[in-house]
Amino acid sequence: MFVPYLLDGWIVATLVALASGFAGFFVVLRRESFAAHALPMAAFPGAAAAVLFGVAQIYGLVAAALLGVGLLLWLKRGQRNDAATALALVALLALGALFLSLSGRYADAVYALLFGQVFAVGPGDIAPAVALGVLVPLAVLAGFRPLLLSALAPELASVRGANCGWVDALFLLLLALAAALALPVTGALLVFSLMTGPAGAACVLLRSPKAALALSVGLALALIWSALALSYATGWPAGFFTGALAAVLYLAARMWRRARRARPSPGWA
Amino acid sequence: MSMALEVSGLTVRLGGREVLRDVGFALAPGAFCGLIGANGSGKTTLLRTILGFETAAAGRVTRDGAVGYVPQKLELAPDMPVRARDLVALGLDGQRFGFSFPSARRRRVVAEMLEAVDLLGFADQRVGELSGGQLQRVLIAHALVSKPKLLLLDEPLANLDLRAAAEIVALLKRVAGQGVSVLISAHDMNPLLGAMHQLVYLANGRAASGRTEQVVRTEVLSELYGYHIDVIRVHGRILVVAGDGHVHAHDHEHVATIP
Amino acid sequence: MFEGFWTSQVVWNALLIGGAAAVLSGCIGVFTVLRGQSFAGHALADVSSAGGALSLLLGINPMLGFFGLGLLGALGLSGRRQGDGDLAAGILLGAGLGLTALLLHFAISLRNSTGAAAVVMFGSLFSAPPGAGALALGSALAGVVLLGVIHRPLLLSSLDAGLAAVRGVNIRLVAGVFLVLLALAVTLSAMAVGAILSTALLIGPAAAALRLTRRPGLACALAAGLGVFCAWGGVALAYASYGFTPGRVWPVSFFIVALVFCTYAAASLRRA
Ligand SMILES: Nc1ncnc2c1ncn2[C@@H]1O[C@H](COP(=O)(O)OP(=O)(O)OP(=O)(O)O)[C@@H](O)[C@H]1O
Ligand SMILES: [Mg+2]
Repeated sequence: MFVPYLLDGWIVATLVALASGFAGFFVVLRRESFAAHALPMAAFPGAAAAVLFGVAQIYGLVAAALLGVGLLLWLKRGQRNDAATALALVALLALGALFLSLSGRYADAVYALLFGQVFAVGPGDIAPAVALGVLVPLAVLAGFRPLLLSALAPELASVRGANCGWVDALFLLLLALAAALALPVTGALLVFSLMTGPAGAACVLLRSPKAALALSVGLALALIWSALALSYATGWPAGFFTGALAAVLYLAARMWRRARRARPSPGWA
Repeated sequence: MSMALEVSGLTVRLGGREVLRDVGFALAPGAFCGLIGANGSGKTTLLRTILGFETAAAGRVTRDGAVGYVPQKLELAPDMPVRARDLVALGLDGQRFGFSFPSARRRRVVAEMLEAVDLLGFADQRVGELSGGQLQRVLIAHALVSKPKLLLLDEPLANLDLRAAAEIVALLKRVAGQGVSVLISAHDMNPLLGAMHQLVYLANGRAASGRTEQVVRTEVLSELYGYHIDVIRVHGRILVVAGDGHVHAHDHEHVATIP
Repeated sequence: MFEGFWTSQVVWNALLIGGAAAVLSGCIGVFTVLRGQSFAGHALADVSSAGGALSLLLGINPMLGFFGLGLLGALGLSGRRQGDGDLAAGILLGAGLGLTALLLHFAISLRNSTGAAAVVMFGSLFSAPPGAGALALGSALAGVVLLGVIHRPLLLSSLDAGLAAVRGVNIRLVAGVFLVLLALAVTLSAMAVGAILSTALLIGPAAAALRLTRRPGLACALAAGLGVFCAWGGVALAYASYGFTPGRVWPVSFFIVALVFCTYAAASLRRA
């Protein structure tokens, strides 16, 4: 399981979990499920274009995800129109399908980009992964207070002198980078699970923001490591375990909290 | 002496309607001012314009020094992993980028602030699970912890029971005594009567303002409300109650005294 | 470019499926948009992808798989109130997509169908099973007829649920039947353009039509017409694309989605 040629996969997956745990925490807190759903979709054609033109995937992913941020900010400025937004996302996916089919690697690349293929990671992917896997967590920590306050109440943040527009853009940018990093590992369709499952569970379980952030990262690491180990042991795709474990984690956390609430508190006994 | 807040000739339009027209008043440092008006009279709009959230069509707002704000409503998901103490701490430096480390001084300042609003017992509760009045008090603590020069509160008493309202007013009075100018909106002025020096009354987009003892008089209030208003003294305190519906002309000395 | 277009069995099959999907999805889509259930349509598509994968694995007609899981999804949706930004719904959908990943993996490795993922997720009209055209047409007609039967109470309950209840409409029944119809529309669209692109046929023509007219009946007809235009135009363009890049056909789904997108963009320009 830890043989050298798989080691790269483990390293990249770990960095992915770090970035996703940090970004996912604020996805849950800021109720940005939609962005977490949309940005991986936006990154998809970038990866496909990278396959078509034979450049390293991460560049295509980052470029397309950044374009996706631009698109989201533009859609946010006008009152968001659900139909237009959904169509734009689907059009991006179709564009990715076109690129893949032109590349001649349609069949296997579609599966890899939609559902992930962690053990296809090569040594060349390590450097950009380290860069993003360190940058995203550091940036989230540096922006922790404005991100948190504007998640609670944008007006309170503005009164305190924060520029909410910039904070929003910063958050989307970090989310895009984390999504671009995670896409080859979990696939475009399951980035959302990796980001929100652990973070959602952590927010349900803990009350302190910093503790919940730490737990979110810890759970993301545990999630991706278990998914890889199970995938290695069974030969089944890691994407399946990522999606299933994320749901189990979140539901278990919810049930645990409900059970604890239902119990009469000792003060009243 | 420079004013903590000066508003002059302020006109604000929202959705094509003129919500405020030619509003002007000023607050001296340490002033405790009530912003009184019926639902929809433009209290929130005036406060938001002072904060710069709405742009004025005409007129100007001059502020001196830092400002704290307690919004009228705040919707929070119950699952937010944010405790009362975290929200208060964000009032200290919630806008700052950079890494923050836990410090004993911060903890103490936050605890003192929570103590001042009588919420120390709820410091570790999630903000989404506080009652309306508790959340109101946490928001006041959030606004006060950075020691602003001007404090704007939008209907902070609306969710409070009588006693909690009286305690908050007492707290705000102390705050004003320390030199902070307080502008507090309310549709009912009674809880504020013992504390406020000055009053801005909003109706039909226009404002009337003056010192409390000038405005809180039967003939002035009846004129403002377009409805007969009695000003009553009870145990040395003043109360304002709606009368029987007619504006009595020349109803001058109507201040009843109940021993 | 188009030689052999009209005589090809494969093309006729594609035209039939695409047309059937476009007609039903257009009509159902109008109500989906009116009822603000775009998210439900999207969720059903994600869930039904597992059915598509399952049918490839079992070697049965993909329509059965898409529809079976779509129904299951509809059952799940009818049980709860749905909201757009709902975290829990997203995470559960993620589990469904994980299941799709697993089933596709089995289909690829056990049945040696390397293109399984592309077929289920992005569709492939030109490789649909020969009998699928007739089946699609039949079910689309049945769907349109059923929609015709319930369209009055459906419209009433979409516009004002309270009023509908007062008038004696069984809102739960109407909503349930509508979800089944939605699952059928998603199934046909998934057959035509693939599960994750099916939203395009469902929402695009309907939203475009609703920009041009507010009358529901007219909007349905218009949406069906626009949808058929996009579907058939897509098939024709894909057929012609054999000449763009010699030896390689561009995906039909890409052309259909691109046409839908342009149609919607044009419709929104007209009103703006
Ligand atoms: N964004 C807006 N667009 C158009 N009109 C608005 C907008 N916001 C407020 N208004 C209108 O402006 C008027 C003043 O509203 P405002 O919220 O300031 O009243 P208020 O005095 O705070 O009332 P309340 O006591 O209910 O809080 C109301 O008539 C309201 O309908
Ligand atoms: Mg108000």
